Amino acid sequence: MEGFLNNGLVRWFDSRLPVFSYVNEHLVVYPAPRNLNYAWNFGSLAGLALMIQIATGIVLAMHYTPHVDTAFDSVEHIMRDVNYGWYFRYMHANGASFFFIVVYLHVFRGLYYGSYKAPREVLWWIGLAILLAMMGTAFMGYVLPWGQMSFWAATVITKLFGAIPWVGESVVNWLWGGEGIDNPTLNRFYALHFLLPFAIVGLVVLHLWALHHKKSNNPLGIDYKGPQDFIPFHPYYTIKDAFGAGVFLIVFSIFLFYAPNYMGHPDNYIPADPLKTPPHIVPEWYFLPFYAILRAVPGKLDGVIVMGLSIGILFLLPWLDTSRVRSATFRPVFRWFYWILVLDIVVLGFCGANPPEGAWIDIGRAATAYYFVHFLILLPLIGWFERPLPLPDSIAKPVLSGGPAPAAAIARDKARGERR
Amino acid sequence: MAEHELVAPEETRRDFLYVATGAVAAVGAAHAAWPFIDQMNPAADVLALSSIEVDLSPIEPGQQITVKWRAKPVFIRHRTEADIAEARAAPLDDLKDPEADEERAPRPEWLIMVGVCTHLGCIPLADQGEFGGWFCPCHGSHYDTSGRIRKGPAPENLTVPDYVFVDDTTVAIG
Ligand code: HEM
Ligand code: FES
Repeated sequence: MEGFLNNGLVRWFDSRLPVFSYVNEHLVVYPAPRNLNYAWNFGSLAGLALMIQIATGIVLAMHYTPHVDTAFDSVEHIMRDVNYGWYFRYMHANGASFFFIVVYLHVFRGLYYGSYKAPREVLWWIGLAILLAMMGTAFMGYVLPWGQMSFWAATVITKLFGAIPWVGESVVNWLWGGEGIDNPTLNRFYALHFLLPFAIVGLVVLHLWALHHKKSNNPLGIDYKGPQDFIPFHPYYTIKDAFGAGVFLIVFSIFLFYAPNYMGHPDNYIPADPLKTPPHIVPEWYFLPFYAILRAVPGKLDGVIVMGLSIGILFLLPWLDTSRVRSATFRPVFRWFYWILVLDIVVLGFCGANPPEGAWIDIGRAATAYYFVHFLILLPLIGWFERPLPLPDSIAKPVLSGGPAPAAAIARDKARGERR
Repeated sequence: MAEHELVAPEETRRDFLYVATGAVAAVGAAHAAWPFIDQMNPAADVLALSSIEVDLSPIEPGQQITVKWRAKPVFIRHRTEADIAEARAAPLDDLKDPEADEERAPRPEWLIMVGVCTHLGCIPLADQGEFGGWFCPCHGSHYDTSGRIRKGPAPENLTVPDYVFVDDTTVAIG
């Protein structure tokens, strides 16, 4: 890169539009903490997933027709007639699931290592905004194939807005563009489903801007003290991210080629019928915990509010967590409650997947209550009462004394650097 | 190993890995790109429409029908004796794209051709122009009663598609 940037032509262009030095600054010499572990791969994987969704989505859009009479058939046309159509559609549908998998892991990484704490609150907020935009995009995308699940998911979700006092009904009719879900609804969902991913791209730019302004958090959760705490992004993290992408694509391919409908619902291969609801409707897996919270609360309006709050309180997380120590590695009490929370959310997922009968109702209510107790009561208290373990002096110290391998690698690279 | 490299740095292994990784990435990228290109090629349902059968019995002499075949108009004209005589009388030397009428219409009363002007793709109008055949309004190409270009910017005669007569009144095009 050094040599490239010194090339006369490159310098001429760069002084007028500094794209090359920008890439150099943010992807090559960019100082990254030297101790990042594989939990830090999920951000780049989310970016990869977003690009896969956009690329495959544009292909689908070339063959899909957003009309109630032809939408379902056009998806089947994609599956049977279009060259590699099955491949693009399965890649898009499974890609949405994998997008959520990597984004959820990305979020739980942040929760574990306290990445939401100062000075990264705005970065955290932008992440939450991305999550909300993703949910809207995935919901509207799911409506497009116009199967039974599409139609009834659209019904149930839009009806949530009917809970708004006084104006609820008008709002719902406004969303539908009619007295019920019909062609106008499908058309506007398609337009918005096409638009929102690009809004997400914009949010991702802000996300990375905020990130590079304050730099990455790290597994120790301590601030950087000097240049010895950093290594250049390239080649260390470019290669680590590339390796992660390889692993991701292998797992993705297993689903794509061997179990493409595993995460889908068979009822969505039945064309939408506005006169008949399937006996058991469930959202896609990535919405299940929220769906469980919605159903746990009696009362239509209350359920909607509580579900909204389940994400809403995450915006306040930087202040609800009163501990100044970021990483759970040094927080013996928090660490326990972190894993209990993870378990609680998994339980909520199962509640969402099962019909609201028998024990599932009580389990769902208990798990919902615990979710809020964790954030609103336990988290502030743990911060006050917990005695964190002693923090290391610097990022570089435990890494450099952590064993012969890294030290030797650094020495070797120094030797190489001098030779060149 | 690391110690060893400090003393006698070995370039070859790392360089090999570097080149091998790049090569795998390049092959992978090419494989990933192909489906994106191929999905824009005609789909199976489009290709399945590539041949059609047409019933000729209702077409009286002097009449012409237009059918859609592979997203294009095909003219099927039941020619009169006069049409045929005129087409066969034209000296080949006068033609821009010399082709005998006997080749273009093996069954002389049936002239079957793709109704797309060979200039830039407009659809010529029947029974117009200076040669009693077709006239293209876009840039003024005149075709004769055999659909051959006689005057104007079009470079070639109207294309005769592959067809066979299934029986006396049915033709299969494509
Ligand atoms: C954040 C990115 C995106 C997510 C999470 C997402 C999610 C989804 C989901 C869940 C479906 C339903 C899949 C199915 O059951 O078949 C879908 C369908 C669809 N999406 Fe997206 N999508 C994204 C981006 C895009 C983009 C950028 C476009 C177009 C530019 C697009 C175009 C389509 C089309 C045409 C369909 C309907 C075809 C089908 O159902 O297979 N998507 N999307
Ligand atoms: S397209 Fe027919 S004359 Fe130009």
